[in-house]
Amino acid sequence: MNWSRSLLAVAAGVPLLALLAFGLTRDPREIPSPLPGRAAPPFALPMMRDGATTADTVRLTDHRGEVVVVNFWASWCLECRYEHRALSNVASAFAGQGVRFFGILYNDVPSRGDEWIRAMGGQSYPALVDRGTRTAIDYGVYGIPETFIIDATGTVAYKHIGPITERLLVEKIEQARSASRPVEPVPGSGGDGEGG
Amino acid sequence: MRIPGWRPSIRLIALTLLAALASTAGSGSAQQPPEPPDTSHYIAPLSADTARSTDPTLEAMTRKVAGELRCPVCQGLSINDSPAELAVQMKDVIRDKLAAGETPEEVKAYFIERYGEWVLLAPDPRGINLAVYILPALALLGGAGMIVFAVRRWLPRSKGPVIVASEPFPDESELEQDIHTRV
Repeated sequence: MNWSRSLLAVAAGVPLLALLAFGLTRDPREIPSPLPGRAAPPFALPMMRDGATTADTVRLTDHRGEVVVVNFWASWCLECRYEHRALSNVASAFAGQGVRFFGILYNDVPSRGDEWIRAMGGQSYPALVDRGTRTAIDYGVYGIPETFIIDATGTVAYKHIGPITERLLVEKIEQARSASRPVEPVPGSGGDGEGG
Repeated sequence: MRIPGWRPSIRLIALTLLAALASTAGSGSAQQPPEPPDTSHYIAPLSADTARSTDPTLEAMTRKVAGELRCPVCQGLSINDSPAELAVQMKDVIRDKLAAGETPEEVKAYFIERYGEWVLLAPDPRGINLAVYILPALALLGGAGMIVFAVRRWLPRSKGPVIVASEPFPDESELEQDIHTRV
């Protein structure tokens, strides 16, 4: 009699506890992005130079065939400090190898962004200005830093929320490059003289 | 862990307050107010306010759609209810898209493509989402069933034999007599 009631209580309680335990493993503030695997939203943004917006515009569509790393940042973002060196170093390492880096200033003013870059010891890739945060919203950005890796076909290959490390950045760029290879062979990397 | 997008708005408010304080303190004040930031690059709400006053139908529609979408940097607030900078900017996007002739469904689809179904305050009642609608009703029914079950188990106990006094209650004259004898 009593044991059947205990069994019933366990049968009802265990799934509930399991559900609550699963809930504890998840970050309630993390919004799962549907963008990876889909076409990257196009953008045309002015470049930032010497604390001002310039007339030079960067268009994502102009970089089809290259891997593009888009990083959303701001001078008020503390965590952006932790990834800045990694982004700058990896951008330098991949310079001239079909990998482009762009930093998009998020809800900030160019003068402050420029001050921040100088305080951080410079940046090896261009910074762009996003008026009205339209591009950030296009990318589903909600908290920065956020980094997107777009492969040569213009598809979002990876999205990272929070400071990204040098190792992860290199790994994801290499994955995006190898995924794009059948479409856009990278010169010099294929086995031309390997004998077949 | 992450820094939500409303921090600059706090800074702006703080700067505005500082500027107001400095102006009331007079020009002789030794302390210089911080340089007001150039907001023209990223602040759109002012132009949005003008748009709001010109077309009440568009504004009502904007508020309706914004009321159905969740603010990504808030806790359980809609874009319409949130004062966060990102929410205000998302509302501007809604207004612009509606003004460009997009339907409310198309605007919502745009945000779902960017932020996932999470962005809907009331998810579509299909697939796994049905659980959100069905489980509370099931829990309510289960609770009601348990109460009925418990009450039924409890009722037979109270239906036991009524205890009746074995002797009739003494009448008043007997009591009086008893008192007199005792006194």
